[in-house]
Amino acid sequence: MAVSGVLRPGFIQLRVLELEPALKHYRDIIGLDEVGREADGRVYLKAYDEFDRHSVVLREADRAGMDVMGFKVSSDADLDEFEKRITALGTEVEHIAAGEQPGVGRRIRFTAPSGHTFDLYAEMELSGDGPMTENPDVWRDPPRGMKPIRFDHCLLYGGDVDGTVKIFCEALDFNVSEKVVSPEDGSDVAIFVTCSNKAHDLALVRHEEDDKFHHCSFLLEDWKDIGNAADIMTRYDVSVDIGPTRHGITRGRTIYFWDPSGNRNEVFAGGYSHYPDNPQRVWSAENIGKAIFYYERSLNDTFLPVVT
Amino acid sequence: MATARYEIRVLGAAARFACAHDERVLIAMERAGLATVPVGCRGGGCGICKVEVLEGDYRCGPMSRVHVSAAEEAAGAALACKVFPKSDLVLRPLGKCFDQTRYQEEGASNHGC
Repeated sequence: MAVSGVLRPGFIQLRVLELEPALKHYRDIIGLDEVGREADGRVYLKAYDEFDRHSVVLREADRAGMDVMGFKVSSDADLDEFEKRITALGTEVEHIAAGEQPGVGRRIRFTAPSGHTFDLYAEMELSGDGPMTENPDVWRDPPRGMKPIRFDHCLLYGGDVDGTVKIFCEALDFNVSEKVVSPEDGSDVAIFVTCSNKAHDLALVRHEEDDKFHHCSFLLEDWKDIGNAADIMTRYDVSVDIGPTRHGITRGRTIYFWDPSGNRNEVFAGGYSHYPDNPQRVWSAENIGKAIFYYERSLNDTFLPVVT
Repeated sequence: MATARYEIRVLGAAARFACAHDERVLIAMERAGLATVPVGCRGGGCGICKVEVLEGDYRCGPMSRVHVSAAEEAAGAALACKVFPKSDLVLRPLGKCFDQTRYQEEGASNHGC
């Protein structure tokens, strides 16, 4: 299947407790480029290798967490089609006018059964500073900081994750690549879904509270850049959760850390390629230590309970 | 001017630790090798290190209102990762991951929260 319909995670809008320390973190330490600041206070950023105008939006608020995760779709007509299919599953769709975020076309929005807000959009202005396309060099200027390539995926926590997965799979044509199931009743504890060739574009974990944010992840080039990121975290005293290590699930090499407001970030490299005909990979929750931290083979105290 | 350092005591734990006036209490605790207050994001976002300050003066950095309301803050609740001491302090852990059964153990950690 060629990638059509939903193409990829396109942006995330995060709430931060103080804007300036957050900017220092995302721009100077991670190495995203600042695209612009608007009159409403929101700041827009992007990774050097992304074509579209922005992928990370920071909004100062009195609580941390995620406002909305946006997915880009391949055409405006897809928005009408997806609206019908989401509505048919009993979930309401709201319309966000073009320009609510600068450079972004009309969006359709729904609140998933797990409490999270998702947007779909077809149009975003191209960045004037995106990857080169004619006789392209690997970058325009040397990547800064942790050298993030793109905003890649999120892990979100909520109650009715089955309901959210149903929308993503039945209305938006995602596939479940991998999951963790309870050995007691066989219910899904964690579910990894993809709309592409990636091992995951979104992950969901069952949790007692709705609308919780576990992490947003940035792709790095390789294991060497994971080491570079680790050096930067220690040098600038970034709050680290765990890593460098590797996941059993998706096989990515990873570090988890927190922004100054307590929103978790990940930098990762690698992982398997997914095709829609691949059999699903399944972990029993008894093996969750190895599934999540392949080298440690056990969880730490913070990875599962700490969310914003 | 010499950096002012204060003594931090966590209710139920014998070990005390020092914290400078420009240092956050949770970070000073970790540096001292203690786990008397559970550690989360260290950014005021997750609520894991919520404490009640029973004695002493302090100031706080911004904390998520989901975890510490303005009324709670006025009544002495805080996230230890955002507390800067202005005197010696006595704290009582309140965080959602704090294991009460381990509360009386010296240097209790909070595995399995």
